[in-house]
Amino acid sequence: MSAKPRVAIHKFASCSGCQLAFVNMGAELIELTKLVDIAHMAEVGHVLSEDEDMDIAFVEGSITTPHDVERLKKIREHSRFLITMGACATSGGIQALRNNADTAEWMRSVYAKPEFIHSLSSSGAIANYVKVDFELWGCPVSVRQMLAAVRAFLFGVTPPNLREKVCQECKRRGNNCILVTQGAACMGPVTRTGCGALCPSFGAPCYTCYGPAENINVGSFGRRLMGLGLSQEQVLRKFASINNAAPAFSDAAKLFCSEPWMEE
Amino acid sequence: MSTLNPKRDIDIQVPLLTRVEGEGSLEFTARDGRIEQLQLRIFEPPRLFEKFLEGQDYTEVPHIAARVCGVCPIAYQMTSIRAMEHIFGVLEDPWVHAMRRVIYYGEWLQSHALHINLFAAPDFLGYADALQMATRYPEEVKRGMLLQGLGNDMLRLLGGRSVHPIGLRVGGFHRAPPKHEVADLVDKLLAARDAVREFAAWAVSLPRPVDEQDFVSVAIRHPQEYGINEGQLVSDKGLDIPFDRYPTHFREHQVEHSTAHYSMMDGGSYFLGPLARVNLNFDRLPQEVQNLAHDLGLSFPSRNMFMNVAARALECHLAIVETLDILQHYKLPTRPWQDYTPRPGIGHHCTEAPRGMIYHRFEIDRDGRVKTASMIPPTSQNQARLEQNLHSAVEHFGLDHTDEALRELCEKVIRNYDPCLSCSTHFLKLKVNRE
Repeated sequence: MSAKPRVAIHKFASCSGCQLAFVNMGAELIELTKLVDIAHMAEVGHVLSEDEDMDIAFVEGSITTPHDVERLKKIREHSRFLITMGACATSGGIQALRNNADTAEWMRSVYAKPEFIHSLSSSGAIANYVKVDFELWGCPVSVRQMLAAVRAFLFGVTPPNLREKVCQECKRRGNNCILVTQGAACMGPVTRTGCGALCPSFGAPCYTCYGPAENINVGSFGRRLMGLGLSQEQVLRKFASINNAAPAFSDAAKLFCSEPWMEE
Repeated sequence: MSTLNPKRDIDIQVPLLTRVEGEGSLEFTARDGRIEQLQLRIFEPPRLFEKFLEGQDYTEVPHIAARVCGVCPIAYQMTSIRAMEHIFGVLEDPWVHAMRRVIYYGEWLQSHALHINLFAAPDFLGYADALQMATRYPEEVKRGMLLQGLGNDMLRLLGGRSVHPIGLRVGGFHRAPPKHEVADLVDKLLAARDAVREFAAWAVSLPRPVDEQDFVSVAIRHPQEYGINEGQLVSDKGLDIPFDRYPTHFREHQVEHSTAHYSMMDGGSYFLGPLARVNLNFDRLPQEVQNLAHDLGLSFPSRNMFMNVAARALECHLAIVETLDILQHYKLPTRPWQDYTPRPGIGHHCTEAPRGMIYHRFEIDRDGRVKTASMIPPTSQNQARLEQNLHSAVEHFGLDHTDEALRELCEKVIRNYDPCLSCSTHFLKLKVNRE
C-alpha cells in the first residue's frame, strides 16, 4: 500500500481539455507523481471504482444526466477534498447555454431519435449537487493553479483564492489596454485572472473563460460596451459565454436580455 | 493454446475504456459460436453544440467551436474559420496559410506523440498503463513527452496556449510571433530532429499485431502539399470532390447504442486518420520523410490496420520537418490577418484533425450571425468502420480464446483508431455479452 496521498481525476460532460492540460504538464507530471499517487484517471489507464477512498478528487465536467448525479454523490462520499477543475465543473460550462433553451426542442433538432438519449434538462455545476472544497476556474484550468492547490492541500492549508481581474495582470505585463486604445470589446474588467492576460497580450479581446472576478459592476460595464457600438444582444452574448451560468454572468445576461438599458 | 469452447456464452463488458480521449465502453455478446453484439458505445453526454452556435456572432465561433474538443481544438477552430472565410470571400494569403500549417502540425505532434507514447505503446508492450511502462522504459517515455511538449510549444507560438488556443481569428491570426520566439522554437525543433526519428523507429519496432482489413481510405489531397487544410476530398475508390460536395456523398444517422452519430459515404463505411492519409498521400510527403519510411522498411498503401501507429509516427516526423522548413524562412508579415467584409451565405470546409477529416458547414445571416451550423468529427465518421473492424478481427482471432484475450484484442483494435470520444457533440461505449 502506498503512503502517498491518493488523487483521482473524474470526468463528466466536458471536452477533456482540463485533463489534457494535466497530461500536458510533461516533466512536472512526473514530479507530481512523486508527491501523490494518481490512483484513478481513465485517460492514462488507471481505473478504480467510485467507492475507493481518495484524499483529493479533481472533477472535470458538468452534470447532465441522472446517472451523473449518483456517481458524483459517491465520489463526494469517498473523497476528503473535492476540487472542481475548469469552467464546466465550476459553473456548468458553455453547455449550460441549454439551460435557457428548450432542451427537448434542441434534442429533436440535433438527434433524429431523441428517445435514445437520456439527459437532464440542464447542465449543472458540481456545487449545485455536492459540497465543493475548492474551485479551479478557467477553460482550460491553469496547471500552475492546480499544482498550487495540490501543494496547499498537502500542507493542510486552503489554497489562495485569486479573484482579481484580468486587467490587473494585463497592467503588470505592461500591455496597452485594447479596450481603451482600440475600443475592443475586451471582457478583462469583469473576468477573473489566472490565464496571464493571454488574449489581450495577443491583441485579442478577453472572452470571460476564467469566470467572474470579484466586485464587478456588470451593468455599468455592459453599458460601456454598448457605448463602443455593441448591440444589447451582443452584450448579452458577451456575458452568456463560457461561464454563462456563473451567477454574476447570468444576472448580467438577464440585465441585457429584455428591458432596454435606458429604462433601468 | 486456445482450447475454450467457442460455442460457450460470452459476455464481455468493459464499462469504461481507458487510454482513449473521452468516455466510452465495449459491449460484446456471443451465443452458440456467433457474435450477437459487438459495439463500442459512446456515453459522453450530449452537449448540443450546433444548437447553441445558432445566433452567435461569427467572431465568437472559434471560441465556442474549440470547446467541442480539448484534444483537437485547432481542428474545430480552423475548419469553422475556413468555412466562414469561404462565405466572406477571403483568399488565404501565403503567410497565413503557412502559419496555419504550423499550428495544425503542433496539434498533430502533441496528439500523436501522446497517443503512441501513453495510449498505444502499453498495449503492444503488455502494460496496463503508461506509468507502469515508464518504470521499465523511462527514456522512451521521456522522449515521447518531450515531443508532446514540442507540439504544445508549436501550438503556443501562434495560439498562446495548447488547450483552447486564443490566437486564431477569421482572416488569420491575432498576433504574428516575434522573430526571437520563432528562433527559440527553431532551436528546439532542430534539437528534436534525431529524437523524432528515434521515436518513429521505436514506434515502428513495437510488436504490433497484423490485422489485414478491407477498407476505403478517405483524406484531403492537395496538388503540392501533404493535405491538411486545403485541397479536395479523395478516396482510394475514386472519390475526388471539392469540400462543398461533402453532403451529397456523406450521410449521418443515429443508432440506439451511442450519443454519437454514424456516417456513411455513398452507403458504405470508410476510414479516416493517419493511415488513410499516408495511404493516399505518401507521394506528397517531403523526401526526408519518405526516406525515413523506406529506412524503416515501411511501404504504403497498407491494409494492415495496425500500420496506423507507423503512419502516426511518420506524421510526427513530418510535423517537425515541415515546420522547420517553414519557420527557418520566417518573415514578419505587414499584418497577421486579412481584411474582409462579412456577408450572408453558406460555407463548407474540411481539414485533417489528428484523427482524420472533419467537416463543417456554416450558414451566416446578414447581421453576421450563425443561422445554422453542422460539425462532423472524425470519430463518428470512423465508427461504422471501427465496428466492422471489431467483428472481422474477432472472427479471425476466434471465439475459442479466453474472455481476457478477446477483451484485450477488442481494446487494441479500438485504441488503434485513437478515438476521441469527447468530440462527440453527438458520440461511443463497449460492453461484451456472450450468449
